[in-house]
Amino acid sequence: MDTAAKLNRRAVLAGTVAAATMGLTAPRPAAAQEADALARALMGPFKAKDGKIRLKMRDVAASGASEPITVSVDSPMTAADHVKAIHVLAEGNPYPVVSSWHLTPRSGRAEISFRMRLAKTQTVRAYAVTSDGEVWIARQEVTVTIGGCGG
Amino acid sequence: MANSDRVKVRIPPKAKKGEIIEIKTQLSHDMETGLRKDAAGRTIPRHIVTRFTCTWNGEPVISADWHQAVSANPFSSFFAVASASGKIKLTWFDENGEIFEYVHDILVD
Repeated sequence: MDTAAKLNRRAVLAGTVAAATMGLTAPRPAAAQEADALARALMGPFKAKDGKIRLKMRDVAASGASEPITVSVDSPMTAADHVKAIHVLAEGNPYPVVSSWHLTPRSGRAEISFRMRLAKTQTVRAYAVTSDGEVWIARQEVTVTIGGCGG
Repeated sequence: MANSDRVKVRIPPKAKKGEIIEIKTQLSHDMETGLRKDAAGRTIPRHIVTRFTCTWNGEPVISADWHQAVSANPFSSFFAVASASGKIKLTWFDENGEIFEYVHDILVD
């Protein structure tokens, strides 16, 4: 919560727009850019690699109000080599950060499951940060017919 | 603190030392997003659980920061290494200062 709470959403958005107009980022949808900025706020500057992490969700959500998600990472979960954090972001939600999980070698297995809200059809991202500072990413498109954020 | 009656868990009563066990749990909570309106058109104030922690004999196993998109009646499942007999403690903190706690006794041999 700490990092996210300090995060000023307006500043993040303004920064994203500024970066886009200066041509620093490739043209991407605004939702993806906002999620990029929030991911940097959570993890600092990083280069995410594909692989190691798996995101399991249905392609078509039964309900946007409560969709099961499982994120697992290949890791021995030893003191020397473990997953420190898993972050889940939903690009198309009003506030894209969904949850951040902080794991320890006592977790034994780098896998978490929970249920999440999806406002509309969108891409869900999962990031894993390992103890050596590497960042891994997995993405999945989820089709939502009934949104689950209210309003 | 007594175990909260709003918490449901599925955790084995015993495990072998070094075994990785699954902890499944659910808290009864609306996780109100602050985006919904009531019948009269007034915004229903945001009220969510923002933090969840699990410890084993006081040592951190996992913790999580939650935002509005965590569903109502938040379910979570994760794993823990069975280190020693004792207490697995689950705690949820909501943003209105309410704390929900559940302690599970586990036997490790």
